[in-house]
Amino acid sequence: MISFIPRDKVSKNWIIIAPILSIVFTIFFGLLIFTFLGYNPLETLYQIFVSPFSRIDRISDILVKACPLIIIGTGLMLCFKSNVWNIGAEGQFIMGALLAGFVALSFPNIESKFFLLITILAGFIGGALWAFIPAILKTKLNVNEILVSLMLVYVAMLFIDFIVRGPLRDPMSFGFPLSKPYPDGALINKIPFPGIGFLGQLHYGIFFVILLIPISWIFINKTLGGFKINVLGSAPQAAKFAGFKQNSITITVLLLSGGLAGVAGVIEVSANIGQLQPEVSFGYGFTAIIVAFLGRLNPVGILFAGIIIATVKLGADNAQMTMGIPKVVTGLFEGILLFFLLTGETLQKYKIKWSEGKK
Amino acid sequence: MEALILTIIATSIPLLLAAAGELIAEKSGVLNLGVEGMMLSGAVGALGAVLWLENPYYGIVAGALSGVLMASIFSVFTINFMTNQVATGLGLTIFATGLTGLAGAPLVGKTIPSLPKIEIFLLSDIPLIGSILFKQDFVAYLSIAIIVFISFFLKYSKSGIILRAVGDDHQSAHSVGYPVKKIRWYATCFGGMCAGIGGAYIPLVLTPHWSEGMTAGRGWIALALVVFASWIPWRIIVGALIFGGITIAQLVGQARGWPIPSQLLSMMPYIATIIALTMISGRLSKNNSVVPSSLGKPFFGNQ
Repeated sequence: MISFIPRDKVSKNWIIIAPILSIVFTIFFGLLIFTFLGYNPLETLYQIFVSPFSRIDRISDILVKACPLIIIGTGLMLCFKSNVWNIGAEGQFIMGALLAGFVALSFPNIESKFFLLITILAGFIGGALWAFIPAILKTKLNVNEILVSLMLVYVAMLFIDFIVRGPLRDPMSFGFPLSKPYPDGALINKIPFPGIGFLGQLHYGIFFVILLIPISWIFINKTLGGFKINVLGSAPQAAKFAGFKQNSITITVLLLSGGLAGVAGVIEVSANIGQLQPEVSFGYGFTAIIVAFLGRLNPVGILFAGIIIATVKLGADNAQMTMGIPKVVTGLFEGILLFFLLTGETLQKYKIKWSEGKK
Repeated sequence: MEALILTIIATSIPLLLAAAGELIAEKSGVLNLGVEGMMLSGAVGALGAVLWLENPYYGIVAGALSGVLMASIFSVFTINFMTNQVATGLGLTIFATGLTGLAGAPLVGKTIPSLPKIEIFLLSDIPLIGSILFKQDFVAYLSIAIIVFISFFLKYSKSGIILRAVGDDHQSAHSVGYPVKKIRWYATCFGGMCAGIGGAYIPLVLTPHWSEGMTAGRGWIALALVVFASWIPWRIIVGALIFGGITIAQLVGQARGWPIPSQLLSMMPYIATIIALTMISGRLSKNNSVVPSSLGKPFFGNQ
């Protein structure tokens, strides 16, 4: 018989140990499932966790893939910290990319890179507007934001499909559902390294991440806004007594996280695709939920979590090419990882006690 | 017309079953957002079983078992390890999407026989009504039986009243001596079973082959249906038929070439879900007594 005894204070060690143990357990259980389904576990392990580090350009591809995950994850952190469950970042990502794409394609000859500031702002607005729907429904009419934000993902996917096959289709695309290419001013370039050239797809978009991490850290830890979010999440009653306006916090975090997801969408499309197409996201918005949790709802943690999850994603791509394992398999690892991370959260607050026999 | 009604009913059955199961789980205080994942597992389990044993009825059993397996994973973490229900449910859906993608890969391209229709003696000969109500497959009858069962169970049985008590105030239920965790385990697994059968129905009747993520958000719509039904079982039938109707209406629209882009028509079920939630939630917030008070809150006591 196992029982849980509350700890006197939150265990500091667990905060560090829990994510590491979770990853170890996840790998163990993942391999168990692979073996059970008849795949070679060691080769799978190598492909998913080691092969992404095998070449320098692959390492830079990890950073490229981690970029949207970290940006979206940081936004989701604000929501989850204040107990607002935005699970529609995927849709906000798409709408951000779409609005920015619309702006970019409206100025076909622009070359100045300052134009990027405008498209990124457009992306932020697109994502934020999409998140404003669950925000306003939640605060005004008490509608569950989980279901609304998720339903809007499907709507956004269908909407971009419609736009790219309809109004924004390039007549020169030979029937492919693609928009015209973006003007130079709306493209994010790859970073040239003197003497080496380009490192994989590594692009200037990562500077946004480099800026975002410290800014969000300061916001969460040093500002009144961040303080309110922390209190609302950890002690809702206290927040009420302190007179914090729950509704305005809910709206703010949803707008910020939607906006950031939108910016991630702009960066992804402007750096890696260069035009609009029916699929722009590949599940980043959902994966970022895992990133936010793996990062313990903390900007620095999210930075590392984004890199770890991006590694697994790339590894899964490799495993698909070399071993024929469907790449949705990353979901398997992400799910198990989330289960163990959440268990770790319980174990921070409770000690396990084994007792003989039934109580 | 008759064919149309039959397709609407068939489309609504997975929603109906999944929502009925989730209703019981939620009445016990467990919010399981993994419905989509449990349905996917049910679908892949059913496909595998039918391909292996060549009898569609084993598909129902396999679907139910796959759903229960997924619900057990959810229960271990949320009930025993007291993890956050929202995050764990999301995790379950993400996990099941990966697992079913992996398990379903060898099944791609294979087709299974459909679930046979059962004619009820004499009644099925009644014009129109007969073929709609009394010439259905086993799962269709089962789903109505489940709705009737849970209505009576919640209202009149002692166990049902205990289950509601656990969902409304787990602390008091625990003080009176009811095993909160055990009851929640049973309720969640019942939810898993229903979602699994609902998922199994998709390959068994609607599209007889595997494709990744073939539930296409039905699990999420089922979650919305529970709110739409204000946790009253028979209203799930109404809700499921409305959503089945909307889904079929947009398909008919696409087939007949309505002058609306197909993507905008395909959005209809999702937008309708948001509108329905909005209409119901406004009313629910005024009349809070129907929502189980302990919904989504972990019980920190032992047992």
